[in-house]
Amino acid sequence: MRQELAIIANWIQPSAHVLDLACGDGTLLHYLEHEKGVRGYGLEIDPEKITACISRGVDVIEQDLNRGLKNFADDSYDTVIMTQALQVLRRQDLALDEMLRVGREAIVTFPNFAHWRCRLFLAFRGRLPVSKTLPYQWYDTPNIHLITFKDFEALCAQKNIKILDRAVGNLAYEGNWKANLWPNLFGEVAVYRISR
Amino acid sequence: MTSTTASAADFPADSVGLVTPQVFAFDQPLALEGGSHLSNWQLMVETYGELNTDASNAVLICHALSGHHHAAGYHSAEDRKPGWWDSYIGPGKPIDTNRFFVVSLNNLGGCHGSTGPSSINPESGQPFGPDFPVLTVADWVDSQALLADRLGIKQWAAVVGGSLGGMQVLEWSLRYPQRLRHAVIIASTSKLTAQNIGFNEVARQAIRTDPEFHEGRYQEAGVIPRYGLRLARMVGHITYLSEHSMGQKFGRDLRKDQLNFGYDVDFEVESYLRYQGDTFSESFDANTYLLMTKALDYFDPASDYDGDLVKALGKAQCRFLVVSFTTDWRFSPKRSEELVDALTAAQKRVSYARIKSPHGHDAFLIPDERYQAVFSAYMQRVADEAVTGEVN
Repeated sequence: MRQELAIIANWIQPSAHVLDLACGDGTLLHYLEHEKGVRGYGLEIDPEKITACISRGVDVIEQDLNRGLKNFADDSYDTVIMTQALQVLRRQDLALDEMLRVGREAIVTFPNFAHWRCRLFLAFRGRLPVSKTLPYQWYDTPNIHLITFKDFEALCAQKNIKILDRAVGNLAYEGNWKANLWPNLFGEVAVYRISR
Repeated sequence: MTSTTASAADFPADSVGLVTPQVFAFDQPLALEGGSHLSNWQLMVETYGELNTDASNAVLICHALSGHHHAAGYHSAEDRKPGWWDSYIGPGKPIDTNRFFVVSLNNLGGCHGSTGPSSINPESGQPFGPDFPVLTVADWVDSQALLADRLGIKQWAAVVGGSLGGMQVLEWSLRYPQRLRHAVIIASTSKLTAQNIGFNEVARQAIRTDPEFHEGRYQEAGVIPRYGLRLARMVGHITYLSEHSMGQKFGRDLRKDQLNFGYDVDFEVESYLRYQGDTFSESFDANTYLLMTKALDYFDPASDYDGDLVKALGKAQCRFLVVSFTTDWRFSPKRSEELVDALTAAQKRVSYARIKSPHGHDAFLIPDERYQAVFSAYMQRVADEAVTGEVN
């Protein structure tokens, strides 16, 4: 997690105006405010997480992302961030469109369903993978649209979305030569920076 | 005030206990938005907690349509009910009186001790009645600012209010941007909808067409427009509850076990509304009710900016907390969300929570676990800042 924060912070301009979608307990925004002087809001629907944001002094707005970002104007933010939430949305393609309508750039992170452990799990056990990055059972998972790096990049290509940066690693973002060489097989999580 | 001696032991531990209202008299003329002015006026005020040495821990409470200065605690040991917002003001409560100095007043035009239509007009020696000027939210905020001066408060740690009170909070943030660090706007709106104005007009017509209204000079006639006020309150009361909460509370329960095939009370809900209306008509001044509903209708800070709320909010410097309640249809979450959207578009610091509650508009007065958690979390940060002297 700390590594993910550092990667994201590195890709954000000082004093940038940011929107953090599914901001959780506000850890990232709090970090960015203090490290980079960013201004912005987190969007969240979980009541306890909203209270946690408020306790931290992070500006949080209760909003369901599945209903879009209609209340935010075009190009009104420098960066729109979504960490570990893309896979829980109903229409990821529309979510990406919305993020890049509201923000000049977007940063997304998600777990890779094509990681070799997931592949082996399915291949040998014949059951849907349960792992550290995807810890749920098939019936209770919030991750309704699982993603692989290849699928994501194919969607970006199809939508003419530019991939400006990509960091792939294991859960702690310790990059290694295997993950760099064969990200879709050896990367557990990825951070992408994208734009139109 | 009775001369009852009450000890702290007579009241709940999380209550501010026995409180005594104070009158603050002002002789500086107050220029009003409507063009006239008030030359001598007074405010009825209660305070809870203690002002710290640098006066940085003061919180102003703005009341709603039928509210007043008595927001917390008890006036005597015999009081059955505490102040109207006692669930949220007191030691350890969201507005923690161990940390804040809380100021609560009856607004001008009110009927609980502040100068209003039932006060004596010094020019005529008679009650003002209909001659009392129509006041606006901005006028109230101006009078509250003079009260702050009197109390030695240059900047409020927070200004807090629900419903019509929330409108005063919003006006504070725009009219005196440097005089508050936080604005807490609960179950409110930046302007009433046509439907909402419509309900207010029904209430006003009920009062004004009562034969005992006497063009507003009912006091001189020694009567009150009881039926009009009663009707106004009954309609109002329905709009403050949700369909669900009324269903839960009354359902179709009958007062007696059978229908009486007449026009007297059949259902519990009828009995309840009549009781609410009766109580209210005996305790609230009709001209004050008219005045307060007009202040609600007129409020629209965007009107000076061609209806552009984002522009209107440009002046604000404080941080905002906006709270709405899911079943509130009189001041619906949509209205709060419009305000939040305008605040984010204006790049103001704001947090927003939409609390799931069955209680309609009244939810802002009722204890609720999540509402308390959000409110407390926010106010704790406000208090922490007040101690360190750090702004934002």
